[in-house]
Amino acid sequence: MRVPVDWLREYVEVPTDARGADIAESLVRVGLEEEGLHGGDVTGPLVVGKVLTMEPEQQKNGKTINWCTVDVGDANGTGEPQGIVCGAHNFAPGDLVVVVLPGGVLPGGFEISARKTYGHVSAGMICAADELGFPDDGSGGIIRLAERLGRDDLTPGEDAIPLLGLDRETVEINVTPDRGYCFSIRGVAREYSASTGATFTDPAIALGDKAPRANDAGFEVRIEDAAPLRGQVGCSRYVARIVRGIDPTAPTPAWLAVRLTEAGMRSISLPVDVTNYVMLALGQPLHAFDLATLDGPIVVRRATEGEKLTTLDDVERTLFAEDLLITDQQRILAIAGVMGGENSEVSDATRDVLIESAHFDPVSVARTARRHKLPSEASRRFERGVDPLLAPAAAQLAVDLLVEYGGGTVDEGVTDVGTAYEPVSIALNPKDIGRIVGVEYADDRVREILTQIGCEVSPEFTVTPPSWRPDLTTWPDLAEEVARIDGYDKIPSIVPTPPGGRGLTTSQAARRLVGESLAAQGLFETWADPFIGDDAFEALGFASDDPRRQTVRIANPLSDEKPWFRTTVLPGLLEALRRNVARGSKDVAIFEQGLVVGGPAGTAKTYPVGTYPGPEAVAAIEQAVPAQPRMLGWALTGHADRAGWWGGGRAADWSDAIAVARAAAEALAVELVVTAGDRAPFHPGRCAQLALPDGTVIGHAGELHPKVIGRLGLPARTVAGELDLDALIAAAGSPQARILSNFPVVQSDIALIVPSQTPSADVERVLRSAAGDNLEAIQLFDVYDGDQVGEGRKSLAYRMTFRADRTLKTEEVNGFRDAAVAAAEQEFGATLRA
Amino acid sequence: MSGPNTNYDPVEVSALDPAQVDANVQAALDAIAAAGDLDQLKQVRTAHAGDKSPLALANREIGALPPTAKAEAGKRVGQARGRVGQALKERQAELEAERDERILIDEAVDVTMVPGRRPLGRRHPIEQMGRRIADIMVGMGWEVAEGPEVEAEWFSFDALNFDEDHPARQMADTFYIDPPEHGLVLRPHTSPVQARAMLERGAPLYVACLGRVFRTDELDATHMPAFHQVEGLAVDEGLTMAHLKGTLDRLASELFGDGIVTRLRPSYFPFTEPSAEMDLRCFVCRGTDPDCRACSGTGWIEWGGCGMVNHNVLRACNIDPERYTGFAFGMGVDRALMFRTGASDMREMIEGDVRFDAQFGMEI
Repeated sequence: MRVPVDWLREYVEVPTDARGADIAESLVRVGLEEEGLHGGDVTGPLVVGKVLTMEPEQQKNGKTINWCTVDVGDANGTGEPQGIVCGAHNFAPGDLVVVVLPGGVLPGGFEISARKTYGHVSAGMICAADELGFPDDGSGGIIRLAERLGRDDLTPGEDAIPLLGLDRETVEINVTPDRGYCFSIRGVAREYSASTGATFTDPAIALGDKAPRANDAGFEVRIEDAAPLRGQVGCSRYVARIVRGIDPTAPTPAWLAVRLTEAGMRSISLPVDVTNYVMLALGQPLHAFDLATLDGPIVVRRATEGEKLTTLDDVERTLFAEDLLITDQQRILAIAGVMGGENSEVSDATRDVLIESAHFDPVSVARTARRHKLPSEASRRFERGVDPLLAPAAAQLAVDLLVEYGGGTVDEGVTDVGTAYEPVSIALNPKDIGRIVGVEYADDRVREILTQIGCEVSPEFTVTPPSWRPDLTTWPDLAEEVARIDGYDKIPSIVPTPPGGRGLTTSQAARRLVGESLAAQGLFETWADPFIGDDAFEALGFASDDPRRQTVRIANPLSDEKPWFRTTVLPGLLEALRRNVARGSKDVAIFEQGLVVGGPAGTAKTYPVGTYPGPEAVAAIEQAVPAQPRMLGWALTGHADRAGWWGGGRAADWSDAIAVARAAAEALAVELVVTAGDRAPFHPGRCAQLALPDGTVIGHAGELHPKVIGRLGLPARTVAGELDLDALIAAAGSPQARILSNFPVVQSDIALIVPSQTPSADVERVLRSAAGDNLEAIQLFDVYDGDQVGEGRKSLAYRMTFRADRTLKTEEVNGFRDAAVAAAEQEFGATLRA
Repeated sequence: MSGPNTNYDPVEVSALDPAQVDANVQAALDAIAAAGDLDQLKQVRTAHAGDKSPLALANREIGALPPTAKAEAGKRVGQARGRVGQALKERQAELEAERDERILIDEAVDVTMVPGRRPLGRRHPIEQMGRRIADIMVGMGWEVAEGPEVEAEWFSFDALNFDEDHPARQMADTFYIDPPEHGLVLRPHTSPVQARAMLERGAPLYVACLGRVFRTDELDATHMPAFHQVEGLAVDEGLTMAHLKGTLDRLASELFGDGIVTRLRPSYFPFTEPSAEMDLRCFVCRGTDPDCRACSGTGWIEWGGCGMVNHNVLRACNIDPERYTGFAFGMGVDRALMFRTGASDMREMIEGDVRFDAQFGMEI
């Protein structure tokens, strides 16, 4: 909302020396945020000049410039004509123009000095509209004052700043949705008064007093809303006034046009300008109909699905059944509160005007404006709630202006139909306000503030908010009014003392630990947005029945290519990996902890605001939300151990991918059971299945399938993994301490020849189990599959470390070892390698 | 030890001549002093103190002397050998010390060579920022709550007093799960976690809700369709806006430095009444620089929204507004990260470029 300062001064006594910035600060204090300050940023000398001579000079660059001499009176200190180079051509000797002399500053801090250009010293500038911050008026640039101001009594050298209104300031503010009344100068003036104590005069009061009562001679209007929305009739009040015999060529007075321009609207024609002016002044949107086009009584009704109307913006719109319409006996005239129709528009030929000043239901207008994607100045105000008592005063102001400037005469007939406004009453315990704000307010102070903002307060503190404040319905609403007018800055700062929390949950602490463990292993955390497309599933090679294709679709995705919520964090990770490589990082190891959809979605009901739907209903809502496990994903490419002056590096391979999973599990003291797996997107021979000790599979890791690597454009041999972090954390146990033996260890090395496909982990498990309780550790320290062990076989060399709570004898250890070997022989056909 | 004097040879007896002994001692001392390293000293030791050295031979002759001469000769030779032995010991120590020192010099390396076999990875700076905020809240006795990203519309809107016609519920702002009438959205704020916490735990309640939220904004330098929020919710008997301000002031000073406070400005949010915007004292100029670029010279930076929990929210979440009051606040974690680190392009936060993470340590 743009607030021209001089307009504001008309309704509230702003101190003479208050600048736009001061006004903005006062408004911010009561909740009207400053969006910007306009105007007031030109400093002179900026004067009226009369062009004396003008010599076109052709330049080498093909341009023609004008070497001008301009009479600027005594403004240049000499009284001599001023020499100025000008590139524009839309003026002629004798024209009155605007000249900025050296030392002047134009909008944007553009300082003017005399400078040499095109072979002349140009001592200043002849100003174009845009250079002074005005919209380009289409005249081709240079402002010709006689035409612009409609005056020729100007003297060269006269200060042009006040002439052009460049000393006028406009404060632009942001209006929150609860304060619809501040979409008017009237409302902002009231807030300024509340903030500063300056005297406010409500312009609506005198106008309302002046407005005649409804009578039988008014134009007939019928409100026939057959389908109110949420119990509210679409139109609660309709005031109509008629002005006849307007001179269609009467111009809009300059002061009014300037105010409109400053408020951000264009001047169009007197009737239209008047309706816009009243809306900006008071907050009541009006509509002017060409009376000659109306046929019979006006009927306010809902649309029939499929009806059509061409609106003022020249768009034919198909109407929805919920749209509220203004109609006559023949046609649809307007979409109520949103936009008028072309067919009843006031035109150059209009002589008789019907002014509509109505109150439309916020919900109805809001829905219609959204459905038609047609936000208008009117709908913006109706959506936020227009003062329901304002209609007669607003119509009166419009009538007055049309009579005064259009030469019309007002009809005696006055229409005012609808339902009477019923104010709400709020029972207030004034002490409650202090109890929620934290400041002690005396009862008198509460009464003073509430009265100041327009409430009626009974001796027993029954508060009746003013008609322009539909947002005030509960006592906390009143608390906000008292607190903001008294000043939020008076609220003290007290740190509350909670009863004492339990710290982070186990899961939260575990996730931190896993993340930090992975970072310590050299992995960098990334996060990606969760939106993926079918192409991601294809690229990863998910089969058509892969459960990871089962997810929810976004109804309004940013990109139609990516409508799905992810079921795996791998697509985002692999994209980030590729991006890193493309940007020149060769050795990249990254991970992400993120939510995915892991179950079906149901239908979640909604219930009206302010009501607890009950435990069953809440449980049903929770049930409808799909399960969203937190996944841990990782991907590595390039060197796991880097190359450098210390020697060659080691490329990341499938084992590094598994090592990440092991690190995460180890951090939580979970034993991870790794077996051979086969799952997209992994290489079938280099994929590990990751399971909990109870057999629950929680993820996979390994080298990506070469086809996946090809489709995604990843470096060869890229490795990755993903596991269900929630499941891993849930399995985190609390290991029990055992007594540590300090007796010496005895080591025994064995090499077993087994069939190539035998998983070493299986061999190890059998050895471990058969070697007995004194086996402290077992490590696979060598794998050999050369000629010496024969085709289709491999040799696994294990170091077994024994310890007991006494010194073990060599024969005992040999016995354990032999038992282990025997078990491996029996289980796998293993033979001891000589 | 020499044997009995059965083979007396006058020539050899000259070895016990005092002048000769002295000469031998001097020769030994000279040789010891001249030994440049431990190997040379070893040779000197053999030559001048070994079994075949002149002094050892002289010692051997003592046994052959008449008993009257034995004592004196023995003393003389003994002292001579003692001097030589002492000199050897001292030189040995000297040379060993020199050797040890030289080894250390020889073993010197170029410590400026940068190792990097496996550089440290990083947690994401946004995660670190969230963790820091969570720790501050936990330090104040609050707990941290989380919730799903695909969330019920009721938790996201109705329970929070956004009625069915509230503009935020439009598809222009909020992602809906298809079909929209099934009542699921991508949560547009972390507030549904507040609703869940109230329903699950009841009052008194002090929870910080951290997580990722979604709005239908195209990705650019200052917008992300997915970003991170932290919200605080306290519900207890007797809570006021003063407690809200106290909590925000504490959080601000812990995050941005001593003396950084907040300012409340009247505003509007459906879930709070009274409502406020909170500004943060400019952490760059602290309100002292009219040309400050961080705050445009205003001294304040917009931080987020807050207020006293609307009674409709308490009611929807089964908390008695007659007994309890509550306050709530919310702010962007990504924005806090930008404030704290000067990061200026949000795209860098989501692209996963490891160079972004690597600029920071493991604590922000």
